[in-house]
Amino acid sequence: MPAVQETIDQVRSIDVDQYKYGFETEVEMEKAPKGLSEDVIRFISARKAEPEWMLQWRLDAYKRWLTMKEPTWARVSYDKIDYNDIYYYAAPKKNPAPKSLDEVDPEILKTYEKLGIPLREQEILAGVEPQSRVAVDAVFDSVSVATTFKEELKKAGVIFMPISEAIREYPDLVRQYLGSVVPVTDNFFATLNSAVFTDGSFVYVPPGVRCPMELSTYFRINEKNTGQFERTLIIADKGSYVSYLEGCTAPKRDENQLHAAVVELIALDDAEIKYSTVQNWYPGDAEGRGGIYNFVTKRGDCRGRNSVITWTQVETGSAITWKYPSCILRGDNSRGEFYSIAVSNGMQQVDSGTKMIHLGKNTTSRIISKGIAAGKSDNTYRGLVSAHRKATGARNFTNCDSLLIGNQCGAHTVPYIESKNASAVFEHEATTSKISEDQMFYCQQRGLSEEEATALIVNGFVKDVLQQLPMEFAVEAQKLISISLEGSVG
Amino acid sequence: MLEIKNLVVQIEDKRILNGLNLTVSKGEIAAIMGPNGSGKSTLSYVIAGKEDYEILDGEILLDGQNLLEMEPDQRAAAGVFLAFQYPLEIPGVGTMTFLKAALNAQRKARGDDELSTPDFIKQVNAAAAKLEMPKDMLKRALNVGFSGGEKKRMEILQMALLQPSFCILDETDSGLDIDALRIVSEGVNSLRSPDRSFLVITHYQRLLNHIVPDTVHVMHGGRIVRTGGKELALELEANGYADYREEEAA
Repeated sequence: MPAVQETIDQVRSIDVDQYKYGFETEVEMEKAPKGLSEDVIRFISARKAEPEWMLQWRLDAYKRWLTMKEPTWARVSYDKIDYNDIYYYAAPKKNPAPKSLDEVDPEILKTYEKLGIPLREQEILAGVEPQSRVAVDAVFDSVSVATTFKEELKKAGVIFMPISEAIREYPDLVRQYLGSVVPVTDNFFATLNSAVFTDGSFVYVPPGVRCPMELSTYFRINEKNTGQFERTLIIADKGSYVSYLEGCTAPKRDENQLHAAVVELIALDDAEIKYSTVQNWYPGDAEGRGGIYNFVTKRGDCRGRNSVITWTQVETGSAITWKYPSCILRGDNSRGEFYSIAVSNGMQQVDSGTKMIHLGKNTTSRIISKGIAAGKSDNTYRGLVSAHRKATGARNFTNCDSLLIGNQCGAHTVPYIESKNASAVFEHEATTSKISEDQMFYCQQRGLSEEEATALIVNGFVKDVLQQLPMEFAVEAQKLISISLEGSVG
Repeated sequence: MLEIKNLVVQIEDKRILNGLNLTVSKGEIAAIMGPNGSGKSTLSYVIAGKEDYEILDGEILLDGQNLLEMEPDQRAAAGVFLAFQYPLEIPGVGTMTFLKAALNAQRKARGDDELSTPDFIKQVNAAAAKLEMPKDMLKRALNVGFSGGEKKRMEILQMALLQPSFCILDETDSGLDIDALRIVSEGVNSLRSPDRSFLVITHYQRLLNHIVPDTVHVMHGGRIVRTGGKELALELEANGYADYREEEAA
């Protein structure tokens, strides 16, 4: 079992400090004035050379946002956020829009190297099987600094580029779909994002095309007191397929930082989108100082018949997570899937889950959620499964398992089920278990150390979900989970 | 060789072991018999290093190494193996995965190289065949959904694989039917060797018909109160533990 062994070695190689992505990059940055105002929004729009309609869209969102209240229903608590104490735009001063990697600030390249994200296509190609190639869009604070394999993808007809570029180059596509899944007025954080979003990825896969490689975006928050508001839009046209992965890290800081993203997925007839997340934002220290507030709206629209959207998430980071990747099952026979592993340790608070909205006939959905709570953390699964009155034959299967490590953490499950169609069949299973001292002793008696035993038991617990991730990320995610739980036993 | 000297152990202010002395030589099979509550299982847990027990006095030496100063996994690497009375289920963890992790952890602790996968599979299959274990058992999660007898067989399989120098069998016969008892006993007997000693804890003499001990100890009130040869087990079977209870009453 090399993966577990690797996990152990990895865990061992880390000293007291468990978060290894906590370093900071020294780059001179250009920032918008602190705080939020129409001027700041105009500043952002101008920096991105946006068309007038986009600016107007942002300003409308901003006006709307001013009238909205921050939601309080989640099982999380934090000090009030001062939205005027945040920088909404930060970009490397030297060449914020590099044409090629040679123009990218070497410090930034080094950052991604250190994070293990390959940005040079030649390096990615060397010695690697072609099928495991991954195209990367690297977003550094408010801007995309590099996108790999753009040309090759273009040959296949796939558009993969920073959304700021897509707004200029494919305005019709963007205009048609932006905000069509998560409306500008959707919720407090989504509306804020609509006003100030800075960068993110845009993907369009034309009809009948199977995207020739994995696409991924790597988000890095580097600058202090800066919020990251990325926006991702993925459109899979009829009969197409795309698999997309996002990863995220941030430096260690004593202050909290806000990350309020919006992700919209649109799958047309017979199309399939797989969206995987490995979220490892800085979680704060053992006393709960610092860390990212991850307030994210992610939603997929199975707009066409027989379309499929799968969300897979491995959530180990962030001080607070507030996120519910959802599926609107509009097309008949469409399918939504949600696979989640949410790990919380220290003082982390997680309130996460999904919504499966069944609108079309014979729509099916599946939810597998594994929550692991350790330390003094709180881990809540919150999920909605609903069937519209026209959703004849809707089916859902939900399985929520929680694993508790230690006796100071909490696991909570809050399922909402609404059915307006008598033929809908919804199943819900939930379990809560604890790694027992007896299990630990049994494993140790066979020669496994406490850490090895924990890793083994946890890996067993999350296996169903890890299997949903693309191979190379599954190994990565497995390591991440073990690291997050280091020192949580006993 | 295992030496226990004047071991005094309590749990939650209740004294369980009261100055226990015991020596098991290399290659010896020692049986411990005794009524319920005499401290037999506590003894096995304390040797293996389970928490919860407070060691007030005494020492446990395995080939001169002080076990009480070692973590359970270090003791395992030093050669201690406990076949549990109630083996634990580990959901989601494949049996092969577990076995390989355990074996390699012990090898690593002893400074040996990891076993290659083909060699590992060969060893497991050989041991499984000896225990007449159906192949699909190895494909399931460890002990999950196993019958009582299957769990006991899995314990012996692990013993065969890990090659410990000191094996404790904690009521391995409980819950076994006659056929399973025979298979498990044969498994244990095949592991008898001049370099390996056994401590066989049981209530009943019947196990000792299959695993014939060199010595039999009677445990009562947290102490070894009598030691004899294998014929002592027969005597106990005939007379019960009444003698010892009266002794206590008197």
